[in-house]
Amino acid sequence: MTPKTENELAQHVAAAKAPLWIKGGGTTLTGQGDVLDVSGLSGITLYEPGALTMVAQAGTPLSEIEAALDAEGQMLAFEPPRTKGATIGGAFATNASGARRVQVGAARDFLLGVRFVDGAGEIIKNGGRVMKNVTGYDLVKLMSGAHGTLGVLTEVSFKVLPKPEAQATIEVKGLTDAQATQAMSVAMGTPYDVSGAVFLVDKGTPTGRMSIRVEGFSGSVAHRSTALQNTLSAFGECSISETGPWDDLRGGAMFSDTTDALWRVAVKPSEAAQFTSELAQTLPHSHAYDWAGGRVWIGADEADVMRAEAQDSPLNDKSGFEGFHSVLQEMAAQYKGHATLMTAPMPLSVPRFQPENNVVANLSAGLRKRFDPRGILNAGLMG
Amino acid sequence: MEMPNPNPTVLSRKADLVERLQEVLPQGAVISDLAETRAYECDALTAYRCPPLCAVLPATTQEVSDVLRICHQMDVPVVPRGSGTSLAGGALPTADCVILGVARMNDVLETNYPDRYVRVQTGRTNLSVTGAVEENDFFYAPDPSSQLACAIAGNIAMNSGGAHCLKYGVTTNNLMGVTMVMMDGTITEIGGAHMDAGGLDLLGVVCGSEGQLGVVTEATLRILPKPEGARPVLIAFDDNEVAGACVADIIKAGVLPVAIEFMDRLCIETTENFAKAGYPDCNALLIVEVEGSDGEIQEQLSKIVAIAETHDPVEIRESKSPEESAAIWLGRKSAFGAIGQISDYMCLDGTIPVSELPLVLRRIGELSDQYGLRVGNVFHAGDGNMHPLILFDANKEGDLEICEAMGADILRLCVEVGGCLTGEHGVGIEKRDLMTDQYTAADLEAQMAVKDVFDPAWLLNPAKVFPLAVSEARRAPAVAAE
Repeated sequence: MTPKTENELAQHVAAAKAPLWIKGGGTTLTGQGDVLDVSGLSGITLYEPGALTMVAQAGTPLSEIEAALDAEGQMLAFEPPRTKGATIGGAFATNASGARRVQVGAARDFLLGVRFVDGAGEIIKNGGRVMKNVTGYDLVKLMSGAHGTLGVLTEVSFKVLPKPEAQATIEVKGLTDAQATQAMSVAMGTPYDVSGAVFLVDKGTPTGRMSIRVEGFSGSVAHRSTALQNTLSAFGECSISETGPWDDLRGGAMFSDTTDALWRVAVKPSEAAQFTSELAQTLPHSHAYDWAGGRVWIGADEADVMRAEAQDSPLNDKSGFEGFHSVLQEMAAQYKGHATLMTAPMPLSVPRFQPENNVVANLSAGLRKRFDPRGILNAGLMG
Repeated sequence: MEMPNPNPTVLSRKADLVERLQEVLPQGAVISDLAETRAYECDALTAYRCPPLCAVLPATTQEVSDVLRICHQMDVPVVPRGSGTSLAGGALPTADCVILGVARMNDVLETNYPDRYVRVQTGRTNLSVTGAVEENDFFYAPDPSSQLACAIAGNIAMNSGGAHCLKYGVTTNNLMGVTMVMMDGTITEIGGAHMDAGGLDLLGVVCGSEGQLGVVTEATLRILPKPEGARPVLIAFDDNEVAGACVADIIKAGVLPVAIEFMDRLCIETTENFAKAGYPDCNALLIVEVEGSDGEIQEQLSKIVAIAETHDPVEIRESKSPEESAAIWLGRKSAFGAIGQISDYMCLDGTIPVSELPLVLRRIGELSDQYGLRVGNVFHAGDGNMHPLILFDANKEGDLEICEAMGADILRLCVEVGGCLTGEHGVGIEKRDLMTDQYTAADLEAQMAVKDVFDPAWLLNPAKVFPLAVSEARRAPAVAAE
């Protein structure tokens, strides 16, 4: 089913007799249910460059949004992944943010207003198209990251930012995980407004390359990159380039090799290195750090899982990737963070999202029950 | 402003309630004497007052939990209170409620510079959060103008903003985690020192929920390294609309100042008489502040000045020193006090798309003529957060009502042009009855469904945010059951 209007979509949801799987660009994992394709709701409704705001239907391709912004020298500052077919609604529904999150915030911080259809087929709006809005409860934040489980987004309004005139990337090679997280923390603690801090491990070595980005007017970028170079030279030889890994990261290139399964993990940035080192004792894996260590990407392939099982089989009484996933989430919990499964080579019958404390889990279940009483929207995806 | 009738059963059980609260709180933490409870009869919306049944001042999360559990068991409404600086009546009591003040909970629990956060008890004032980290050259960004007095608890409840949120965002963008006590006394953590929610973004909906979902006792707040420096430029215009157009051009040009403040003639003249900041004689002025090193400040200011010059300004005054910066900010920072010297006033904070500034300023002028009340405009122009100050005489019979009617018309105008009722002060009781102008019945039902989940008995700050008629069925059962 591909509704063409919000009303059609609402009628379809109201009349649904079976679970619906909401599809934007279809870039995430597939799930159970009749496919509800939102791509028919497409198009930019309003764009005011002078007010830094845009309103678009949820199924609008990200590429179309970015092209319109580009023509006015503006951008989606939270750098959503540029997966083929990605939609603006999908980016907000999954709260998908890239490297610049450390400077400007996540997708949810840019979302100003939503229209959505809840699980009963009711059309609901919240927020608006202004930068500051505390009128009633902020369901906008609740919808961002809800992965469609509380309602199907039909229209989003969001804040955009001017594209920086210049950028520079300061890189240090040959750093260990621990050195890199320390260096990234130092960079983030400077007044130089760092807009990206990542660490990518070099294949087959215990070390990798740290990249720090600064952006702005050209004079400012020159000043800041020199200042950062001076600060970071304590960690190794610094080079400055105009490009950096940023575009590759938006395409999903966190690892030098492709991996079969991918997780994103949130921990305290300063504990990222300790986390991956402890994890490696049980689970061989590939990793990369974004957000100065605040986001850890974990990749694993068949060989990693087999090596893990050879050490300690079965993993948490589960086999293969499911066991790997289970152990990973346990460790994320020990670090007071969370791990989410992003992609897997086959359907896994494990909770993709980190199990939460009882109170939060009950509140979340209560909200789902109210917004989707029949449990038909992306059923089971988030718990 | 209508408030629900107090529950007679609750009123009749006051002695029992006070005794139970005294059992779980230290001596002096339960205030039940009528003369003393008057200290809590209103917040900064002083036109409305009502002493609570009693007030409690717990010092720990556990004590907050004990208080809420008892109130829950006895069906007593609870109104949480930070420092009582709400301009919207967010902390206004009812006669049958317990005021739960967090003022005694003001410790810094943890500072973490490598991960850039601070964890505090929420009774701590906004400015003293920065005070706790500034010796290490860090600061907490949201800066409501009441920051000397207002508590983090209230900032979270109202999702407070400030002058510098054009660059740094408002409270919700700087809040990482909370310890919250639910109405039944359950204590929970939401979020933490990591980035982003692992599941639903409950923190996002708790922030700005006006104390209706839970009582936040501890907060993990993002802190930022201080910029190398900051300097403003003052730009004076003959005309409000030209000033508005200049704001849009600055933003479009890719300069992102930390603040763009606007003042109109009434505010300029009044503050000039009061604070003698030496502002130029003009109809509208902008104060635009940028941050960075000296060179970076110069780079940005020269771009801003070049844009301003295309709008035929009366005067451009670029700060060259801290003294000149202070002089430029003096009038703006004195604006509310200055207006207060000449008249009673009501301050609204509707927000509009920046592109609608000229139209809205013109229509506010027309409403001013129509109602016969003067209006001054001083506001955060970069994000369209207006602050019309309607001047009235509290001693003149009927003037407050005329002022409120005019205020309601201005807020409806904000909604009509694509904006909202409140950008940073919150709904409270003040804008409660206008909610149906911005939201449909289904929109409000969805918001109230959230409260149903967090506070099924509707005991936390129940008479706020939603029009009384809309929330009545949810609030009524406790009384009807008697």
